[in-house]
Amino acid sequence: MRPLERLRAFFRERYPLGGLAEFATHKTVPVHRHSFWYYWGGMTLALIGMQIASGVLLLLYYRPSAQEAFESVRFIMTKVQFGWLVRSVHAWAANLVIFSAMVHLASVFFLKAYRPPRELTWVTGAVLLFLLMGFGFTGYLLPWNTLAFFATKVGTEIAGVVPVMGPIIQVFLRGGSDVGDVTLTRFFWLHIAILPLMVVGVIGLHLVMVQLQGMSKPLTVREERSIPFFPNFFLRDLIAWALILGAVLSVSVYWPATLGEKADPFAPTPAGIQPEWYFLWMFQTLKLVPGHVFGLEGELVAVGATGVAGLALLLVPWLDRPARRGRSHWMVLAAGILAVLYVVGMTGYALWIGHRP
Amino acid sequence: MCPRQRISRREFLRYLLKSGGVAFLGAAIYPIARYLYPPRGVESSVSTVVAATLGELAVNTAKIFRFGSRPGLLINTPQGELKAFSAVCTHLNCTVQYEPDNSLIWCACHNGKYDLNGQVISGPPPRPLEAYQVNVRGEEILVSKPA
Repeated sequence: MRPLERLRAFFRERYPLGGLAEFATHKTVPVHRHSFWYYWGGMTLALIGMQIASGVLLLLYYRPSAQEAFESVRFIMTKVQFGWLVRSVHAWAANLVIFSAMVHLASVFFLKAYRPPRELTWVTGAVLLFLLMGFGFTGYLLPWNTLAFFATKVGTEIAGVVPVMGPIIQVFLRGGSDVGDVTLTRFFWLHIAILPLMVVGVIGLHLVMVQLQGMSKPLTVREERSIPFFPNFFLRDLIAWALILGAVLSVSVYWPATLGEKADPFAPTPAGIQPEWYFLWMFQTLKLVPGHVFGLEGELVAVGATGVAGLALLLVPWLDRPARRGRSHWMVLAAGILAVLYVVGMTGYALWIGHRP
Repeated sequence: MCPRQRISRREFLRYLLKSGGVAFLGAAIYPIARYLYPPRGVESSVSTVVAATLGELAVNTAKIFRFGSRPGLLINTPQGELKAFSAVCTHLNCTVQYEPDNSLIWCACHNGKYDLNGQVISGPPPRPLEAYQVNVRGEEILVSKPA
């Protein structure tokens, strides 16, 4: 027996692995004109893998304190061999993973893959998007530059607007009444310990659900064609992963991440300050809402509306009642298109204003 | 008088186990929650600071100064009057700055604008800036919180 076969036999004798292999070979993936969208979930997963790998590498040199964070990131970028590449991959993949998760979510929404029995797959997916945004928010502060400092001030102030629990959440996030050294420690703790644990748990659930229930077929598709998940679909997934890895490396080499200036809590907020692109639509909304709306503070109204939108996103499988009976309704489609238009429009508007001289 | 209810030994043990579980969870979660919530730091109770020296600020300029742990804004207005405010925007806590071209106070985060009395002119800030008292003692410009 060859060594590899002997190793396989060793494990087969001790553990019931036959069932798993059989499951993988019997599972199929539908093939139809919308199959392209099936690859975005895998791509999001690959990008999360890249984030874990590059993040673990960054940990070797990063120092989480207001005195040393900026200098340690500058050290990584200028002194450590390939440090600039590792940080750039981490920064680029952080943006792409959220983009990829958003595309995945939008495709699942428009193909109505959340309809029974896959409601909880949708909920875990939406929670994953929120967690990824949490990663973006906490990771943004870690280089301790001016942009990050003020973005965190605004972000944690928004958390404080939430009725009842807001002030408690704010103090918990900041570690005090203001953004400072302790905030950095807390964000670091959230970024490398708490959020990863949560993401790994929720991804585990999400993947188990997808594997157990298989891929959903859109309502409009009548074809019965399919391919085996393993190895056919898995190999195609690998091609997508190779492409996205190539894309991340290319953009990291041609447009490496920048660092900006060290945060100074006693400097005025610089002009043209903006958060990461995925928060821009909320930022622009906050900018446009007047100080008072119907006697309520404008920011409370904006934050409340965002909260309601987030909750509605989680509850889509139950809000879309026609889909539960296998039907498609124009109002759900219109709501989805309007939401996408609002987010894309507000993001575009904020970018346009931000780049105006 | 209500009849005495007898519960079986199994039910009693089940009840004991459940309440024990709840007590265990509470005993575990409470200290963790308290640990996660930061201890109350000693907030600096500064009431007066030296914000600048006379002659440091030209007419129609301003500077950010430390007022305890927060930034303050001292303005020498185009009329040569000294004014001081908290530099913390009342909208979302960004640090405001003086715009000499338009003689107003501006927040770069969400485009909030205040006049030289700290009152909101436009943008999302819901309240005026907190105003401080300015006094000159010798060469020093003292800024203090109103009593």
